[in-house]
Amino acid sequence: MTLHMPPILSYALRRLVQAIPVVILIMIGTFLLLKLAPGDTVDALVGDMGGADAAFIARLRAEYGLDQPVWVQLWRYMVKLASFDFGWSFVYEQPVSTVLMERLGTTLMLMASSLSIAFVAGIVLGAIAARRAYSATDNLISVLGLVFYATPSFFLSLMLMLVFSVKLGWLPVGGIKTIAAFYTGWDHVWDVVRHLIMPTAALSLIYLAFYLRLMRASVMEVADLDYVRTARAKGAREGRLMTHHIMRNALLPVVTLLGLQFSTVLGGSIVVETIFTLPGLGQLAYQSVVQRDMNTLMGIIFLCAIIVVVVNFLTDLLYARLDSRIELA
Amino acid sequence: MTKTPPPVLELCNVQISLPKGADRPYALEGLDLTIEAGEIVCLVGESGSGKSLCAGAIMGLLPEPHVRVTGGAIRFMGEELRGKTDAEMRKLRGADISMIFQEPMTALNPQKTVGWQIDEVLRLHTKMSKAERKVRAIEMLERVHIPDPASAYNAHPHQISGGQRQRVMIAMSLVLSPKLIIADEPTTALDVTTQLQILKLIRELQEEEGAGVLFITHDFGVVAEIADKVAVLCRGELVESGTTDAVLNHPQHPYTRALIGAVPALTPPPIKAASDAPVVLKGTGLKKTFAARGGLLSGKRKAVTAVKDLTFELRQGETLGVVGESGSGKTTVSRIVTRLLECDQGSVELDGTDLLAATPRELRALRQHIQMVFQDPMASLNPRKRVVDLIAQGPIVHGADPAKAREDAKRLLELVELSPAAANRFPHEFSGGQRQRIGIARALAMEPKVIVADEPVSALDVSVQAQVLKLLADLRDRLNLSLLFVTHDLRVAAQLCDRIIVMQKGEIVEHGLTAEVFANPQHPYTQNLLSSIPGRDWTPPSLQTDAA
Repeated sequence: MTLHMPPILSYALRRLVQAIPVVILIMIGTFLLLKLAPGDTVDALVGDMGGADAAFIARLRAEYGLDQPVWVQLWRYMVKLASFDFGWSFVYEQPVSTVLMERLGTTLMLMASSLSIAFVAGIVLGAIAARRAYSATDNLISVLGLVFYATPSFFLSLMLMLVFSVKLGWLPVGGIKTIAAFYTGWDHVWDVVRHLIMPTAALSLIYLAFYLRLMRASVMEVADLDYVRTARAKGAREGRLMTHHIMRNALLPVVTLLGLQFSTVLGGSIVVETIFTLPGLGQLAYQSVVQRDMNTLMGIIFLCAIIVVVVNFLTDLLYARLDSRIELA
Repeated sequence: MTKTPPPVLELCNVQISLPKGADRPYALEGLDLTIEAGEIVCLVGESGSGKSLCAGAIMGLLPEPHVRVTGGAIRFMGEELRGKTDAEMRKLRGADISMIFQEPMTALNPQKTVGWQIDEVLRLHTKMSKAERKVRAIEMLERVHIPDPASAYNAHPHQISGGQRQRVMIAMSLVLSPKLIIADEPTTALDVTTQLQILKLIRELQEEEGAGVLFITHDFGVVAEIADKVAVLCRGELVESGTTDAVLNHPQHPYTRALIGAVPALTPPPIKAASDAPVVLKGTGLKKTFAARGGLLSGKRKAVTAVKDLTFELRQGETLGVVGESGSGKTTVSRIVTRLLECDQGSVELDGTDLLAATPRELRALRQHIQMVFQDPMASLNPRKRVVDLIAQGPIVHGADPAKAREDAKRLLELVELSPAAANRFPHEFSGGQRQRIGIARALAMEPKVIVADEPVSALDVSVQAQVLKLLADLRDRLNLSLLFVTHDLRVAAQLCDRIIVMQKGEIVEHGLTAEVFANPQHPYTQNLLSSIPGRDWTPPSLQTDAA
């Protein structure tokens, strides 16, 4: 009963404690994997310089602690990480935390807009398709869903760019705002929105297709359940069945998927941000890999791990809110 | 001359057609039925007889256009319902004609409170204010005898018991005093003691309101308990109808006679001479608790005791019944003795070897001697395997020659009275009763000493149930098997078991020879169980059935 529900705070705290080992394991795993890859920061630096003699390289390595055994490097990194010190980025000549914070906003904006559009449009279209199952409307929606599902986001990005920027000239090709325009107030907001339209579309369509298909199946299943029949026997009209009896129950599996997919959307943003040259975490991750900027890369992964943990927590809260049978414990 | 009021419901020559490819063209053919105000009419039939579709036709809730009414008249209070628009039907549904469904857990929306769901009926059909509706709903909850109606009003369906859920369902159906109530197997999913309470409740409210009730059931015990009139359906055709006394005690049609003949009488088997056969299965001090759900750090896991300190003995050639209501721990017992569930304490000796202490390797060998027959024959047979492979699988796993095991499987099919030609078919090609026979053949393939049967006939129609019970008794005697028979149905237990154990909340409250326990129950719980058996005062007439 609701009386026995523990305070939400103790639940949040417990989830947080459970998340710590997860994050630590992710960081250790990533660190070791990156060490296995050939090349390190010094290789990249020296490469930029156009080469250097072996003694200089050895001195640089010693200076950065890269001559130490891997487990010593790992230990040093983890100790610093414990106080949220991400180290220094040799590529950007700034603390990693500063670099990350500059980029975080763009990525969060892109993800939030993509996921919310995909989610809302997906459940609405899915519900419509289910209620008119096997009709022309359903077929049209299902075929559209299949097309979205089968189109790779990089291809879609390029096509959108070709049509709306190059041919029609309606939308900017890339970036997050018009350079040197110095917009303020609502002009600035509108400028950012215009820059986000195509990346959001490219990133959201595939997830829209996911939610659409799942929602369609879920609504069809719930519509056949006994309590919907009961409501019908009470004299409720079809529209009311949908809004009061079917929707909330049908949403449950879709919400689960939403939480699970947040991390894959984060991955998808790497491609989209790179194509549209959006200064976000995805683009930063790509550049850091190319430039062997290990500290920045680790910082991004740490941030992503935290985001995923937080989002999963929020999903569980939402789930408990939607399903009265679940009590947070 | 005063005109008599029209009957509440009048069905004339109703015909419901089924889609092409169904086993018959019409679900109902030429059904005539009349329900007067204040009358309870039972519509009885086995699964597939078309009785639930009859309810759908009256409510206008058939899965059209595949299944639809194609002929006849359905008159409610003298008014033809066929041809009414959906909007007109919606006005009647829930207000003048209401329904009570079988499974109260799934028939209520899990996300809405009990109060909300009763309130919805009032919102849909009346112009009452919010406060008035709430008063009315709580009043209705009181009338169906729910303890603390005010807090039940705010509870979600999963927070109240099964019996209470059915009371909520009844409150919901009766809140607008409908003239016709259609109850579709309303007590089938309930325990026997709860069932009796619900039947009494339906009776009581119906007498107060003077409504006509169409009561759909497959259980003649329930019919004897509640009906004024009875109509018997067989594959869509009305084969017999009349007063309860006439149909139950003097059935005319061969099908009715066969059905009533198949109802297990409440007379236990004769007491066998004190058995000195060796004990094959012996449970000592069995205990099992389930940890309730709880988080790592929440620190408040409440353990639920399913079985505490259970001791029993099963002798060779004997049938020991384990009876009790849901939650009594009887299924847990069946899982422990087959070691499908690890128990916390105690021992189970199978022919002198402790099954619970056996290593995994020893256990595999021992399993051969103790086999299970499950409740749901559809769910317990792999749908992608042929019958012959299902039966032969056990022996093959235990090292039998595959070709020989398959030959034996065919012989076993004959033993359970199926055609050996069935061997190469898949489970879905069989009826429920035939599938349970396959389940029994599968258990017998291992040549076990003990068969543990967990509600093996609960999912079956009464005539099929009688055949499977007869088969089990027959095989037990021929093969000198010992049976541990778990059931909630005391009629079935009376039919088959030599001795019974009565369980309540994980404990044995009474045990002894079936005949003695039935004749002279000692524990109040057993007394309550026995007095709750529907139709306990009605002894099915002994009929010379020629159609069984």
